[in-house]
Amino acid sequence: MSLSWVFSNAGSLNVEALTPKTVTMNDILQGLISAFHLIVTLDPDLIEISLRSLYVTTSAVAIAAVIGLPFGCWLAVRRFRFRRLTIAVLNALMGLPPVVVGLIVYLLLSRSGPFGVFGLLFTPTAMIIAQVVILTPLIASIAHQAIRDLWAEYHDLLISLNTTRGQRIRTLLWDGRRALLTAALAGFGRGIGEVGAIMIVGGNIDHVTRVLTTAIALETGKGEFALALGLGFVLILLAIAVNLVIHSLSKTEVSGRW
Amino acid sequence: MKIALMAAVLSACMGVACAADEMKLAVTTSFHNSGLSDVLLPEIKKDLGLEVQLLVVGTGQALRLGAAGDVDAILVHSKQAELDFVTQGNAPHRTEIMYNDFVLVGPSDDPAAVANAKHIVEALTAIKTASHPFVSRGDESGTHKKERALWHAANEDPTTFPSDWYMAVGAGMGASLNAASGMSAYILSDRASWLKFGNKGDLALLFAGDEALFNQYAYLPINAQTHPHVNDKAAHALENWLISDRAKDLINGYRLNGEVLFIFNAKP
Repeated sequence: MSLSWVFSNAGSLNVEALTPKTVTMNDILQGLISAFHLIVTLDPDLIEISLRSLYVTTSAVAIAAVIGLPFGCWLAVRRFRFRRLTIAVLNALMGLPPVVVGLIVYLLLSRSGPFGVFGLLFTPTAMIIAQVVILTPLIASIAHQAIRDLWAEYHDLLISLNTTRGQRIRTLLWDGRRALLTAALAGFGRGIGEVGAIMIVGGNIDHVTRVLTTAIALETGKGEFALALGLGFVLILLAIAVNLVIHSLSKTEVSGRW
Repeated sequence: MKIALMAAVLSACMGVACAADEMKLAVTTSFHNSGLSDVLLPEIKKDLGLEVQLLVVGTGQALRLGAAGDVDAILVHSKQAELDFVTQGNAPHRTEIMYNDFVLVGPSDDPAAVANAKHIVEALTAIKTASHPFVSRGDESGTHKKERALWHAANEDPTTFPSDWYMAVGAGMGASLNAASGMSAYILSDRASWLKFGNKGDLALLFAGDEALFNQYAYLPINAQTHPHVNDKAAHALENWLISDRAKDLINGYRLNGEVLFIFNAKP
């Protein structure tokens, strides 16, 4: 969708001067062609930024899952005073604005900030840290909802077996692994398409912190819509491919094994 | 677990980072969009063995990054802000490197007739009189500061302009040009960004050449006294390279669509 259509709704004038619809369709076609070209020629820059996108987001998802999955499970099993409030806050944090997270992580990692001595700003590590902050509440919240239903089912059995809390959490995590996989994939989906936070803490440095989404923002800024759109299609394909691979490896959606 | 992972990631990054001497340079979007950086950076790498990592931001953000010590040097174009930057002790000095110029871009049928204006102030006044849509960067960038200074030269205060024709989009040069292209609005752009811009639509270059539109770029290394971690050695090596005859030939020889973009004016 050409930006001109977005702006044409802003009460602007000179409507006849706007790009005709055929040209807008042409932009999308050009994008498809450019995506095809980039993939077929195995463009080295494309491979580099795609791998970096994968590296940043899978690392962030792994760390966020290690924190979020047990936490969501613990929240389902444990009864305590501010449980309802904690869950409400956690659910609200699912919508954490990435650009705000980016700004806060920037200020923390800046040379003038409290963690400046580590020199992490404008490195992939900084991007992973920002994404962990964004993804953990999302993964924990989805995990909590999945485990809560499972816990209702397993409650009497696990209590009657006189299990410890640690054993219960481990059992629930293992038996709920397919639902938890969905939580992790939701996290991956949010992370791989995120641009607001990683643009600020990564800085979009060529060959250092440039990833697919920040490259798309850059090309859009240059008015190179075809290339930007091509990278966008590559990003979508990458997300689909990762989901397919994970599902086939974990043998979900196979008859008899839901 | 988390710490172990972070340590592993960290060491991986460090390993890559230590391979060559490198520094971070915050530059303005106009410098990068011109394509000049793609010519200079490989030569710098060849001559100095120095890998310059570019952070492409607006002048406002570049100054903030420099003041916080998050980059080793900055290359920007907003003289007054740079002088303040030096006065505040963030940089030991500023070195003028080169200049390019701003151009006034607008709808090709030119409803405010700026193409006939004698100087830029007259052109801007004509746009205001016609109340034709005008896109302002509105992001405290060097281009935005320049635009404001030009309005002030015309005895106008852009903060009082109604938003039905004066639109501050708060975005980079490219995004602002996209907005102007979508709305067939006038916009002040640096020449390089305009020439490289791929979504011109109905826009055309209407006014240029006034001396008031010249745009001086300066290089400011970050003060190593207040920020001991900055790569002072690399920042000075780069400065000496930028004012050398080698840089002069590359900068003056750079052409975009057959046009000269930058004129070297550093005093070695």
